[in-house]
Amino acid sequence: MNEILRILLFMVSCVLSHNFIFSRFLGCCPFLGVSNKVGTAAGMGLAVTFVMGLASLFTYVVYHFILVPLQLTYLDTISFILVIAALVQFVETFLKKSSPSLYNALGIYLPLITTNCAVLGVAVLNVSEGYNLLYSVLNGVFGALGFLLAIVLMAGVRERLELADIPKCLRGFPIGLIIAGLMSVAFMGFLGLA
Amino acid sequence: MADNNRSIGSVFLDGVITENPTFRLVLGICPTIATTTSAINGLGMGAAATFVLIGSNAVISLLRNFIPDKVRIPAFVVVICTFVTMVQLLMQAFVPSLYDALGMFIPLIVVNCIILARAEAFASKNGVLPSIVDGLGMGVGFTGAITLMGCVRELISSGSIFGLNVLSAGYQPMLLIGMAAGGFMVFGLSLGAFNLIVNRVEKKKGGVKA
Repeated sequence: MNEILRILLFMVSCVLSHNFIFSRFLGCCPFLGVSNKVGTAAGMGLAVTFVMGLASLFTYVVYHFILVPLQLTYLDTISFILVIAALVQFVETFLKKSSPSLYNALGIYLPLITTNCAVLGVAVLNVSEGYNLLYSVLNGVFGALGFLLAIVLMAGVRERLELADIPKCLRGFPIGLIIAGLMSVAFMGFLGLA
Repeated sequence: MADNNRSIGSVFLDGVITENPTFRLVLGICPTIATTTSAINGLGMGAAATFVLIGSNAVISLLRNFIPDKVRIPAFVVVICTFVTMVQLLMQAFVPSLYDALGMFIPLIVVNCIILARAEAFASKNGVLPSIVDGLGMGVGFTGAITLMGCVRELISSGSIFGLNVLSAGYQPMLLIGMAAGGFMVFGLSLGAFNLIVNRVEKKKGGVKA
């Protein structure tokens, strides 16, 4: 029973108090780049969730069953990024066949998931925190759901922002960053949960 | 040699000012926010990224005629990764305190968009020497920008710069600026300030011409 409670707490903390964007600063590029419309943002978030869940699973297997026995752990970064690149390619081919409209909407950002630091970040974190297989996958999936929550909220704010009268020098990225800062203050409130 | 129209000096200045990766192109946001909690962290991150940029630009421009077009991105990533692993091992051995402070953001230099963007946009089309200069220019621009932000955040959040106390003891530190929220806000505001300055300068130039 205690174990179940601990897992539930871990899931909640991944989404809220250790949110990838607001407390770990990972995945900021797509967070600011693809958050103009709620629909696209949700699509991007779902694609990232799928890739991050699979990436945590595969990088765990590669690290603990290939790199550790062969004493090649210093090659972790290079092997993780290759696993992730292959996964992204797979998701891209899959989406192209199954949902062309989403594929077109995500456009250039889909291949960019490879360079989304949240995906490589979760793999590195899992190793450095010494999570077991279950926790690694949960960290990937729920961390990505936290990313999804953040990017959809941000897109909602930015849709309204188009009508606002903002000083010229702050339009675009600067105001986006300031809003992210304010949202981050709100998310800091969740630290009390832990 | 692809193009020799631009002098080496202008390639370098492009990276530092007119195409500053942080303030003009807004690339590599994550390390910018995460590692600017203090000036020394910003400088360390900048130096590491500059080393990787120069190394990967040089190697990619040497290999540009051998790498098939279709697999160029994975090939670039492997080259970049090699340099990042070198930096990681070197920092662990020689500056362990900085290595601990930057933590997971050292392996994450691999996915810093600035480096892949320069490999794709510059090094894969230009000779070795211009590519090295481009890497140096971009690296200096990135280092300058994040060191500056590191100074601002360290000054506000703890009243010191590079660990030296500059404000009097009566100064009440504003801890928020050192946290995630402050990072986003300081970056947003400095981006706004940079835009404002660039607009002013361009207006002045336009006025002189007219």
